[in-house]
Formats: sequence, C-alpha cells, structure tokens
Amino acid sequence: MEKNPLSFQLKLNPDDFLPATEEEKEGLVVMRDSVSFWKDGFRRLRKNKVAMVCLFIIIIVMIFAFIVPAFYPYSYEQQIQGANNLAPMQYSAKEMEQIAAGEKVFPHFFGTDKMGRDYAIRVMMGSRISLLVGIIAAAIILVIGSVFGSIAAFAGGWVDLIMMRIVDIIYTIPDVLLIVLLSFALKAPLKVLAQAPGFGWISVVGENLISIFIVFALLYWVGMARMVRSQILMLKESEYVTAARALGASSARIIKKHLLTNCIGTLIVTTTLQIPSSIFTESFLSFLGLGVAVPMPSLGSLASDAINGLNTYPYLLFIPAAVISLIILSFNLLGDGLRDAFDPKLKN
Amino acid sequence: MGKYILKRIALAFVTIWAVATITFFLMNLVPGGPFLSEKAISPAATKALEAKYGLDKPMAERYFTYISDAAHGDFGDSLKQRGRTVMDIIATKFPVSAKLGGMAVILALCVGVPLGVLAAYKRGTFIDSLFSVIATCGIAVPGFVICTLLLYVFGVKLQWLPTLGLKNAQSYIMPVVALAAYPTSYIMRLMRSSMLDVLGQDYMRTAKAKGLSQKVSLFKHALRNAILPVITYVGPMLAYTLTGSFVTEKIFTIPGLGGEFIKAINGRDYTMIMGTTIFLATIMIVMNVIVDIVYKLVDPRIKLK
Amino acid sequence: MSEYLVDIQHERLSFFTPAGEVKALNDVSIHLNDGEVLGIVGESGSGKSVTAYSLMGLTAYPGKLVGGTIDFNGHRINDLSEKEFRKIRGNEVSIIFQDPMTSLNPVYTIGNQIMEVILLHTDKNKEQARARAKELLELVGINEPEKRLKQYPHELSGGMRQRVMIAIALACEPKLLIADEPTTALDVTIQAQILELMMELKEKLGMAIIMITHDLGVVASMCDRIAVMYAGRIVEYGTTDDIFYNPKHEYTKGLLKSIPRLDAKEHERLVPIEGTPIDLLNPPAGCPFAPRCSNCMKICLREMAPVTTFDDVHYTQCWMNQKEQMEREAAK
Repeated sequence: MEKNPLSFQLKLNPDDFLPATEEEKEGLVVMRDSVSFWKDGFRRLRKNKVAMVCLFIIIIVMIFAFIVPAFYPYSYEQQIQGANNLAPMQYSAKEMEQIAAGEKVFPHFFGTDKMGRDYAIRVMMGSRISLLVGIIAAAIILVIGSVFGSIAAFAGGWVDLIMMRIVDIIYTIPDVLLIVLLSFALKAPLKVLAQAPGFGWISVVGENLISIFIVFALLYWVGMARMVRSQILMLKESEYVTAARALGASSARIIKKHLLTNCIGTLIVTTTLQIPSSIFTESFLSFLGLGVAVPMPSLGSLASDAINGLNTYPYLLFIPAAVISLIILSFNLLGDGLRDAFDPKLKN
Repeated sequence: MGKYILKRIALAFVTIWAVATITFFLMNLVPGGPFLSEKAISPAATKALEAKYGLDKPMAERYFTYISDAAHGDFGDSLKQRGRTVMDIIATKFPVSAKLGGMAVILALCVGVPLGVLAAYKRGTFIDSLFSVIATCGIAVPGFVICTLLLYVFGVKLQWLPTLGLKNAQSYIMPVVALAAYPTSYIMRLMRSSMLDVLGQDYMRTAKAKGLSQKVSLFKHALRNAILPVITYVGPMLAYTLTGSFVTEKIFTIPGLGGEFIKAINGRDYTMIMGTTIFLATIMIVMNVIVDIVYKLVDPRIKLK
Repeated sequence: MSEYLVDIQHERLSFFTPAGEVKALNDVSIHLNDGEVLGIVGESGSGKSVTAYSLMGLTAYPGKLVGGTIDFNGHRINDLSEKEFRKIRGNEVSIIFQDPMTSLNPVYTIGNQIMEVILLHTDKNKEQARARAKELLELVGINEPEKRLKQYPHELSGGMRQRVMIAIALACEPKLLIADEPTTALDVTIQAQILELMMELKEKLGMAIIMITHDLGVVASMCDRIAVMYAGRIVEYGTTDDIFYNPKHEYTKGLLKSIPRLDAKEHERLVPIEGTPIDLLNPPAGCPFAPRCSNCMKICLREMAPVTTFDDVHYTQCWMNQKEQMEREAAK
C-alpha cells in the first residue's frame, strides 16, 4: 500500500502525542441504549403505521359496538311501523309527517330491514356479537390451550405422550364439520338446561352463542396447546435456562424472567390472531343459520338474511360484509404488527 | 417408512372412529326425532317408523350396530329422502362437490405459489406490497362475502356469468374463484415468507457462489425447500374447500354434498348427518395422511419413525 | 490490469440499513500472487468475510461497494455484469463457508450438488461429471464415494460435509479458493484434518488461498501473509513472521497476548483485550481501536493514522508507529 502523502502535510502538534485520558476515550464509544423487551416492543409497534391504524379502527368499532347502542334512539329488535325496507338516510311516510310537524326524527343511517328495524343499530349489535365471540373464544382458547400445553410439557414422559396423542386426534378431526354438528346438537340440551334454576343466564346469552363457545373450547385450543408445549420444551432445554439454573436462579425466577418473557410475546400474537379466526368461524356459522338466535343479529346472519334481497337492497348485504371484513382485516394486521414487535426471534 | 405409514393409518382409524362416535352421541342428544315435525303422523305410525329404522332399541345396541354397519360402508337409509340409502345420495352428490373443490385447490396452488415466489423475489417493491395487500384482504374477507360480491357484480349487475347451478363451463367460474380465494391468499403469504426464509439460507449463498444463474438457484435450490410448508397446508386446504363448499353451494344453488349436509341438519335427517360427517371426515383424514407421507418423501431430512 | 492474481485497492463498502449507513469496509487494500496463502484475521464484524465476499460478488443485501477497485485474474470485478460474474464464480474463484451444516442444500444429494457445478462450468456430460465428482470425493478423502454421491447432506457428519464443500469448491480447479472460517464449526480433531487437507490440495493444485479466521493458530501454520483487520480496516499487514515475531500494532499485540502459549511461564496469565468493538453505525472520527488501546494518544481520537511502512510488505495504520518512525527520521 502506498503511503498517504497527505499525512506529512498535516500540521502535527506535539500535544497530539500525549496519552489520551480515560474520559476522552470513553467519549468516543457511542453505545446504543439498551432498552427493555416491552419498551422496545411498544416502540416498534408505535412505529408500525399499519398496526396503529388497525388498532385505531378496532377501538372505533368497539366504541360503536359496545357504547353507542346504549345512547341510540332505536333498539335492534324495535320494529318501526311503516318503515320497512328504507334506503339509507330515507324516512318513512309517517316519519316525514313528524318532521313536517317540527319533530326531530333520528335518521336511519343504513336504512331499515324488511321488518322495519333500524339497520345501523343492528349492524352495531352484530359487531358486538362478533367481537364478543372473537374475544371470549380467544380467551377460552388461551386458557385451555396454555394450561394443557404447559402440563404436558412439564409432566413429560407418558403423560405428555397421551396428552399429545389426544391433541393429534382432535387436530385431525375436521373442525368445521364438527362445529356445525355440535352447534346444532347442543342447542336443545342447552335450552333444557336454561330452564333449570341458576341457569337462566343461558337464554340471556343465547344457546347458540354458548354452544359456539363450547365448540371453540372443545376443538380450537389444540393449536395453542401445541405451541405452548413446544415453546416450553424448547425453553426448558435452552442453554440460557441451564445457565440461569447453574447460576443458582430459583425456578420461580426462571419462569418469571425467562419462560414468561419468551412465551408472552408469542402468546399475545397467537391470541390476537385467534380473534379474527373465531369471528370468521362465527360468521360462517351464522351465515348457515347455526349462529345466534333471532332477533339477535350477528354480522354473519345479517349478511345471510340479506342475500335473498340482493337485487333490490344490496346495501343490506354489503354493510355487514364490509364491517366484518374490516374487523377481521384489522385484527389480522394488528396481530402481524404485534408479531413483528414482540417476537424477539424476529428482532431487527 | 412402512412403520410410520402404519402408525399414521392406525391414528387415522382412531380419529375416524372418534368422529363416528362423537357424531352418533351428539345426534342422540337432540330431542325430537326426525318424525316429530311431521305432525300429521299418529303416535302409532311414529312408533312403527321408529321401529323400522331401529330407533326404539337401546342406545348401546344402536351404537354397535351403527359402527359395524358404517365400517362396511353402510350408513343406512336416509330418514327424509325415503327409499334412498345415505351412500346413494353421497355417491350422486359428492362428485359435484369434489369437482368444484378440486378445481379450487388446483387454482389456489397454480396462482398462490408463483405469486408468492414473485413477491418474495421482488421483496420491498411495489409488486410485493400490492400482492401483500391482496393476500391480506383475501384472508380477511369471509367466503360468503366473496361469493355474494361476485354474484352481485358478475351475476346481477353485469350479467356476464350464470348465477346458479352448474350447467356449463362458465357457471363454474364464480364458485371456483370464490372457493379458491382464501386458500390462494393463504398460500401466497405462506410461500412468500417461506421463500424469504429460504433465500436467506446459507445454501442459497453456496448456489450463488457456484456461479448458478438466479433462475436456476431460485427454481432448483430455493423452490423445493420453500414449497415444503405449502405441502403441509394442502391437508387443511382440502378441509377448507370441502366445508367452504357449504356456503358456496348454498349461494350458487349447486346440488353438491355441502348443500345436502345443511339440508340434512335443518331436516334432522340423523342417518344422513352421520353418514355425511363420517364420509367427509374420512376423506379429510385420509388426505391428511397422504399429505403427511408426501411431505416426508419430499423432505429427505425427516426420518420416518 | 494488475500483475497480481488478486488486487484490491482502497475498497470501501457500506451496508445501507434502515438505521443508517454501516461502513463495513474502510479503505481496504490487499494483493495476492498465484499460489500464495493470505490469512485475514480479526474479530467478528471486523469485515474479513465482507472483504472476501465482495471479491466474489456475494455481498449480501443491502451492502454496496462505494469506492475502490477490485481486480481478480485479469477481470475488473467492479465492471463485471452479473452474467460475466457467473462464469467466474465457482470456476476461477470458489469459496468454502463457515458452517457446513447449513451450506449444502438439504433436499438434493451430494452427487447432484457436486455435479451441478461441473456441468455448469465445463463441457462434460452427465456421465463424465459423475466420474469427476467421484474423483473429487476421493481427492478430499471421502471413502466409498460411489455411495456418498447418492446420500443427502444430513446423512453425513460435519467434517464430511466440509469435505464435500471443498470438493464442490475445487471441482473446476479454481485459481483462488476463499475459505471463510472453514473449521470454526467443526470439532478440534476434525479442524486439523481439514486444514491439512487444504494445504495438501494447495500443493497438488497450486491455487491461491484466502483464509479467513479468528484463530491465529490456523494462520500461523498455513499462511504466507497475514492481514489483521479491525472495524473495517486493515490495521496491520505483513508476512507471518512479521505478525507473529514483530507485531507493531497494539491490536495485533493484544491478539497475540490473548492466545495461550506452550512456552509461557507458570502462572503467566492470558491478557484479554478490554472493551468491545465500536459501533460501525457511528464510527469515531479517529482510530477505531483508540477506545480500547492502552497507548491511546489525543490525536488517535481525532484522526485516523496514515500508513506506516516497515519494509516491502509489512505496514500498519497506527499513530504510535507513525510517531516512532517520525522520531527515527528526525534523529537521522
């Protein structure tokens, strides 16, 4: 390599060759801040615009589904006389008279259905049902799946073997087929049960809804159980857990510090992604007429009811269809964002 | 290898038996037999009918008779469509659903795999983002929405395609596209992420270092590895198209097994429900076994135990 | 064109990450004659692999050459089209990677993967390529070559796989073989075998080798010349004797102090180099080693040292050496 001729043109000061102090040396080392797992995750989540927009949409939909109906002038089962099949923002003849008389009539933003029920409130209630199904089902799946999975992983041996065989069998059972069957078969026994004292709440929630939950609880937890088990097994055998144990860390500390921080990211992500999948299934069942009971609407049953009038009243189909697609899309994208933010294995 | 296949088949038999048992007992939970709705029938006639179909015998006996008959492929007579056996109905209706589902599966693979590869290969570009958006929407929009949307646009508004039945080739377009939408999107995403994973592998660097062209390294070295996750998805995809056809057949009024199943449930046609469930479950389980075995054949790393 | 087989002049290479430009290589110059063995030593992230990969056009996304020239065997690498480059890769220059476990495609047989490169770069037909592949396996000391050709990578041990990688690399008798930490992932006993094999093959085939390693023991026994890299720069360059018996740069001295020696006195301790390497996203203005250097001076923090040459080969980039030389010259 050639000498750099410039080097000798530099004006060198004798002082330059004095030893540098420690402080001066340290001033050079620019370290990136080390941040905690959660802080780092939330920082990345906030930077993810798509996920933040989805979170915002979900919050808006939740406000409309859970809070707005309480203040809404119409109720989802109220049949307004003479207001059948109104187009969006249209008023019935009677309502026109009222307006002419100076009364204030709350507009039908989405029109009304063939029984004269305000469609906006029905879509809101439908969203409420769909969201409830999604969230409760995801919670049920989370609890059953993680308990089953961690028992299998910690017990090991033949207990694990038998438990995982059960999971294998349930996993290969075609789920939708059984869901259809179960939700059909459970309807009647639940109705009977609802008559018994102390079980009156069943008819409040609706037999179909409960049977949907039972179906999820029976079938859909296996994926979660497998995931939790494999995570725990992997962590149990990982070298840093062995290292922590060798350093004398207690089991409680290992579970808190290593197992939880490593699992929770994955658990949050899987649960979030479970919500849209449950909503998806519920809408499918409702569409086939196996979902919530009338007059309670769900987005799936609203769409199903609207099919026959598709030619004349297409908006009756498109509104619930759009809302359900929006909800599922938002949860999916939020779940993807959470995975990017909280799955440490995908860091950087 | 042989041992693995045997184990897999044994597990499949257990699963099928479990499905049959669950189905049988679930059906017996439902009060009000199939003849209750036909109010005109006198109690004596109901009794006679029940005796004819063996509904008056104790449950345990009925269970064993049913299982042993089912094992021989005899699901009994349909309770609603008098004079036809369940197997008969399945034999006439299933080919319709199978043809539809098969076309959807092929469409999903032929579209999803190449587009996923393209998206991964062009990662970070406009094409990648566009495909991502389409695929994400395809996963988020439920089947019935896609069906009705297609029906409204192409059937009702534009009147390009027939809205019901399967009379000619054109009438297949909408149901097949609607049925394939979800699996196509799913495969696209799966293929993209698996391809990205593979492209970052050391052996891809080796391929480049050997002087192979991008085409060869992509199609020879990357694709074979990247396609493995898609193979595992074929099982669930078949299940999806089979059950997805419930909705598609309902909307497009197609005389398939899915529609028949829904009809049977609403009509409480016990034997028909049980027969269809066991039949469809068996098909899905058998497909899963085949897919599993194919997977192990394609990936030499997996030792068959 | 350069008279050397490999002639890298003032190479600069950066990775353009979302977080900013990472200057992976800063003014790196290397040359190598036919049949010579050059060792590149340095810790992880010092840029030794990046240097070698850029020579083969294997720079990973989002890395980009931003300055300097690279000549290899009469080709100006900077100007080559992808198509021209492909004719060189695996043919005139080939590479062995660090991890033989992941460097072979798991779904193709060994035979397929060796024959592929032969079929690509020579006129041999399939039968001849198979015969050549068998010959290569024998050459790298694999027994039962006929049987191995039909096996999959996962059926072989790590040492065997690395031998297969060497066979692939040597298939077209390259002029230059790059070995990127070829023994790091292997057991110690296997390491020695693989190194021995490489030296043996070098004698037989007469190719030049660039040996990338962080193991000073490996370079000492194999290399003619050694480049010591730190934070994307070559801080010291010389013959093996220069580096081992007459190290000039503080970093080289530190490296040598940190390896165990047989002739060490009892109770003599190994001296680690304190501190961690700098963040290449925010490189300091001065010498990158300054924060860890025990002889750091004020100027080191401000400016990178110029090159100080000791003889035809041996040079460093260090203000200490520069200062001593200036003092010597002043005394004359």
